Amino acid sequence: MAEKILEVSDLCVSYECARKTPFEKKKSIQVLKEVSFSMEKGEILGLVGESGSGKTTLARAILGMIPYEGTIIKTIENPQMVFQDPYGSLNPSKKVGWILEEPLRLKGGYTDEERHEKVVAMLHMVGLDEKFMDRYPRQLSGGQRQRVCIAGALMLEPKLLIADEPVSALDVTIQAQILELLQRIHKEMDLSIIFISHDLRVVYQMCDTVMIMKDGQIVERGTVEEVYFNHKSEYTGNLLQSAGIDINS
Amino acid sequence: MIRNGKKNYNLIVGSIITGFILLLILVGTFYTPYDPDAMDAASKFAGVSLKHPMGCDNFGRDIFSRVLEGSRTTFIVAAGTVFIGTFFGIIMGALTGYYGGIVDEILMRFNDAMFAFPSILLALLFISLFGSGKYQVILALGIAFIPSFARIVRSEFIKCKNMDYVKNAKLQGASNIRIMFVHILPNTVTVLLSAIMIGFNNAVLAEAGMSFLGIGVQPPDASLGRMLSEAQTYLFSAPTYAIFPGLIIILMVLGFSLLGDGLKSEE
Repeated sequence: MAEKILEVSDLCVSYECARKTPFEKKKSIQVLKEVSFSMEKGEILGLVGESGSGKTTLARAILGMIPYEGTIIKTIENPQMVFQDPYGSLNPSKKVGWILEEPLRLKGGYTDEERHEKVVAMLHMVGLDEKFMDRYPRQLSGGQRQRVCIAGALMLEPKLLIADEPVSALDVTIQAQILELLQRIHKEMDLSIIFISHDLRVVYQMCDTVMIMKDGQIVERGTVEEVYFNHKSEYTGNLLQSAGIDINS
Repeated sequence: MIRNGKKNYNLIVGSIITGFILLLILVGTFYTPYDPDAMDAASKFAGVSLKHPMGCDNFGRDIFSRVLEGSRTTFIVAAGTVFIGTFFGIIMGALTGYYGGIVDEILMRFNDAMFAFPSILLALLFISLFGSGKYQVILALGIAFIPSFARIVRSEFIKCKNMDYVKNAKLQGASNIRIMFVHILPNTVTVLLSAIMIGFNNAVLAEAGMSFLGIGVQPPDASLGRMLSEAQTYLFSAPTYAIFPGLIIILMVLGFSLLGDGLKSEE
């Protein structure tokens, strides 16, 4: 059995609602309800669920971006994230080269030349070339931006990448290219990926295992084959049906 | 300077006027035809002539030389004011916009109080405490200008702080200070630039207004407002005394307004 890189147990997250008047009692909505799961090294885990089911919240809790209750044990360092909207996740006032060098600058211990070399190598890795270094994000297409975002997330060679709907803002041909890229870096960099999506077809194509979420709870967890062809919960069946995937064929 | 096939006339005309004024100030720094403070009883109220292109004032001082010197003083006061206002405005706006919460509440209520206070009155209060002069005017107006800049920067920071690139920077381990001033601040430059242009104009007018009231730059120093104030007694005997400094104020304000508008529509 492969080594576990992530173990989440009894994870609860709740958000406070904004009060309409100062005298109103504080209300909170529980977004994640006692979520427990674990993830193995080298796994591509698909996280599926309708809007508001807590997928992104789970990702943020794992990355430590929001407060939570429960335990999250990570055996890997600095997991990184690729955001859904490639237009908002690159700083519009900085050049691509600067954006990619920033993680290295923050970590420290690199000379200017080393940083430059690493950025060029990473750009090649994601299928771009070094002339993109001097471009601003607004000069790039959606697909190119998402490649830059992936490159930025990989600069520190993380062992876990969380991709939050990385292709849902892109058109279908570009989607295929980005998915291909993710699969390639998964092999080449020995990377585990949590792939958040609401598109069951993309998840089938991309992932080894799937986790279905509904209302802040995990409904089903298993390999792609188990969940798609031999699902236990009715909700999964409904999801598959509404996605137009015929499970009997 | 050309966008959608349409020329940005605001930017072009604004640059030309501002360039002209800056040239005037630059020349005035190194060369004036006469000593701006030298009095000459013989040429008291002299009209426009080749010798005195803008005539002479009640002490026989060459108005052209004084306009050159005065526009420099006015420019320095306005630039200093805007610098103080922008510098502290950025710090205050960045802190309140980025952190929000109780810091935001306290600083912004303080800001509102300052806003509700007419800036001239605030400057008056300051002058009566610390005396009058060029540097006191800069300080007084600078402080009065902080709230408007703070407000602009704050709203830009609120807009930017929830963007994914900020979250990403946080995830990569950037400190809050670095996020504020390296990641977010450059994105506020366009808005800030046009605010600076408008602020500069207000500062020119405020300096002129204060000197006109006699609480600004003190004689014998020349400033455009000071000259206008001195000229009001002689409006009929020496109209050029008021016309030329007034004209330069108009050009200065117009130039920067157009430049600000032009830069805004460029983005």
